[in-house]
Amino acid sequence: MFNKLEQVFSQLANAEISNKDNVYTIVVAKENLRQAAETLRNNDIVRFDFLRDIIGMDYTDSLGVIYNLSPSEDLSVIVLLESRTDDRENPAFDTVEDLWLSAPFYEREVHDFFGIRFLGNPDMRRIFLRQDWRGYPLRKDYDSSPIINPIPLENEDLDSLEYLPVLDLKDIDKERKSVFDKGDFVVNFGPQHPATHGVLHLRVSLDGEVIKKVDPNFGYIHRGIEKICEVSMYHQILHLADRLDYLSGSINRHAVCMAIEKGIQLEVPPRAQYVRTIIDELTRIASHLLGWGAMAMDMGAITAFVYGMRDREKIMKIFEKTCGGRLMANYSMIGGLMEDIHPDFQKDVKEFVVYMRKMLREHHILFTGNPIARGRMEGVGHLTREQAISIGATGPVGRASGWQCDVRKIEPYAAYDKAEFTAVLREGGMTFDRYYIRLDEIEESLKIIEQLVDNIPEGPFCAKPKPIVKLPEGEYIQRVENARGDFSVYINSRGDKFPYRVKFRSPSLVLVNVLKHIAPGNKIADLIMLGGSLDYVIPCIDR
Amino acid sequence: MFHFEVVADWIDTLLLSNMPQWLALAIEFVLIGILILSLYAVLALILILAERKICAYFQCRLGPNRVGPWGILQPIADMVKILLKEIISLNKADNRLFRLASFMVIIASLLTFGAIPFDKGLHAIDFNIGVFYLLAVSSIGVVGIMLAGWSSNSKYTMIGAMRSGAQLISYELSCALSLMTIVMLSGTMQLSQIVEQQAGAWFIFKGGVPAFIAFVIYLIAGHAETNRGPFDLPEAESELTAGYHTEYSGITFGFFYLAEYMNMFIIAAVAATMFLGGWQPLHIPGLDGFNTVMDYIPPVVWFFGKTFFCVFLALWVRWSFPRLRIDQLLKLEWKILMPIAFANLILMALWILVF
Repeated sequence: MFNKLEQVFSQLANAEISNKDNVYTIVVAKENLRQAAETLRNNDIVRFDFLRDIIGMDYTDSLGVIYNLSPSEDLSVIVLLESRTDDRENPAFDTVEDLWLSAPFYEREVHDFFGIRFLGNPDMRRIFLRQDWRGYPLRKDYDSSPIINPIPLENEDLDSLEYLPVLDLKDIDKERKSVFDKGDFVVNFGPQHPATHGVLHLRVSLDGEVIKKVDPNFGYIHRGIEKICEVSMYHQILHLADRLDYLSGSINRHAVCMAIEKGIQLEVPPRAQYVRTIIDELTRIASHLLGWGAMAMDMGAITAFVYGMRDREKIMKIFEKTCGGRLMANYSMIGGLMEDIHPDFQKDVKEFVVYMRKMLREHHILFTGNPIARGRMEGVGHLTREQAISIGATGPVGRASGWQCDVRKIEPYAAYDKAEFTAVLREGGMTFDRYYIRLDEIEESLKIIEQLVDNIPEGPFCAKPKPIVKLPEGEYIQRVENARGDFSVYINSRGDKFPYRVKFRSPSLVLVNVLKHIAPGNKIADLIMLGGSLDYVIPCIDR
Repeated sequence: MFHFEVVADWIDTLLLSNMPQWLALAIEFVLIGILILSLYAVLALILILAERKICAYFQCRLGPNRVGPWGILQPIADMVKILLKEIISLNKADNRLFRLASFMVIIASLLTFGAIPFDKGLHAIDFNIGVFYLLAVSSIGVVGIMLAGWSSNSKYTMIGAMRSGAQLISYELSCALSLMTIVMLSGTMQLSQIVEQQAGAWFIFKGGVPAFIAFVIYLIAGHAETNRGPFDLPEAESELTAGYHTEYSGITFGFFYLAEYMNMFIIAAVAATMFLGGWQPLHIPGLDGFNTVMDYIPPVVWFFGKTFFCVFLALWVRWSFPRLRIDQLLKLEWKILMPIAFANLILMALWILVF
């Protein structure tokens, strides 16, 4: 692999390349960015066809972008393609929206927060903030005064979402391009709607019952977590991580802990590693159960939803006993765990494993075998492997399309290398595969828990770090497999007690992008079902 | 066996002997009207409680259990609440039609309700074309639903109404065809006579295989006509929030809600009348002792027992199955149910010829 990478990197012109444990940083000039991206994407040796994220940066004197790339064949390799511009008035880079399907949303995000334009991408609407927001919040010189951006008293005008912004002076007199065609029957799904799984606003144009185009609109619960992180100390960031994807809160928190532990080179005691893994897997089961139930409810089977919630309740009880919290467990800390496990923990977990196996069979009887459910799910919403990689749909959705993207296997963290399990893979890429893979993953998670719960080593549960954690200067990346896919934390530190920049890679944002690509041509009822099968969580998108 | 006929005749003669005919008739009309309206409302309350309790047990829950013992007073509390709620009128909507729609729906279901024979003599509307009447007035409801969806001036209601129109008109066909199978067997359309003819054996037994097929088709198609899951596309709450009645509030919404529950009851009652012998007790030829014991159970109990059995079937399906998609729904009707219903009609003709 190393040789292959060398060959690819040698094709890049004027690039500074550095390497630190499988993370390659390539710095190129602004002019060469597009060419470098094309080379990485389209070369014949190692194709970097998975754009994990685009991270906007404000280096105070200059602005920059970092493309987080991986080849789909070996996800353990991460390439950070960096570029900077000194122009703070009109910063601009060439677009890569035609190279990766995931790029348009990421570019809009960077534009929203840093004001960086991507030349060639016509859709430079703000993605999270209101279209009339003034200033770019993640810039270091941003003025957050309420005089500049007063609390809005009126709803956002839908027209401002409909028309793409004018980008060049020469276009100012021309007619503005709109998202939908004139005369389209556009229906708003959300932000308040029974089936949006949160406050997601989908604008859908319909032809009778058939969907023509989907235009998602985010940001209704945007809290600026990345901005808050920049003024929070490291152990304060942990609490914010729980509140991103609230259904896999413990897993996200684990990721942030690991990123910080990596930075201060703190050895986590094995007891904490084991317990963290078990808690992660319990969280995953809880999340999949809710996802399963919510998907069934989206198809009109309310009983299945109640069954899912009932079984999830058992996990919540275990969490409550162990850490006091139910949804926000707040259990992992820098260096280990907040408290030792409850004396009943092992007994409860073992009872739960037995119970869940039984209930899993019941779930299959209730819903999987149902002819109406099969008729709805089979052959609908096909996501090919190539599409999944290009959109960056990781997690169960990617694996249902035949893409092996399980971080637990690729880069085992915590105690995952101590347990035998298979990362379930299905080839179909249909809604039914996405549905079924979740139930299979519950079974695999049960296996992991079963193997670990009896072998939790004795010893301390936490290696106490210094009271004030300061990360040495540098970039830290930590990936974990949360219930929806690849959740990455990027921390850029300047040696302070506050991070300089924190970026969370949201797997859910990508899943909404998947919906945008696979929904057209299907019926309205399928739109809701596809949303359920993708199982996105909105607070993770609206960071 | 005591029939309500005795009471009805007694009231009739009492009134006629004391006053002119027109006045007696007027009083009878008012009495019947009040009786039907109150029965309608009470049954709806019972159904609401039954549904909530039954669905709760399907879902491993307890259901309402705070208002009154076993939650019995919950639907009454709900009713009071819905009566007190504000009726919101819409801007940019045709408010006259908007109001009218909820009345259309409830009138259609009331008119159908009147034609159901609860007992011998406890039967408000008894034509010689009873089945025909039943089908005719029950389909007025579609007009109300379409009107509701259209006059609300909202996209969700519009989609719901269009779905509803397609669905109800399609399933009306199978419904009618399966009832026609029984009409062929009985040779009459008068509901009271249809019930009388089932004294020896219910039609589902007398009619053999074709009657059973017709019963199943009727249950499916009838269930689809009530707009309840898995056929609840017009009001698919996960897609269209509440479908055609999204914009309604207060008692105007209550009318739709009431009509939906009562339509479920009516469909079950018609199934009981046409296939399961209405108020006739279960008789097995040859077992005289058994038959006499069965005769001691009042006919009204028989009627409601059978009806609630059918209602339970509907609830069972409602709370276990996911929703169909619109194309699957229409495919089920036009490609599966209707051809079978037609073939079944011919099968019934052969059955009558042979037996």
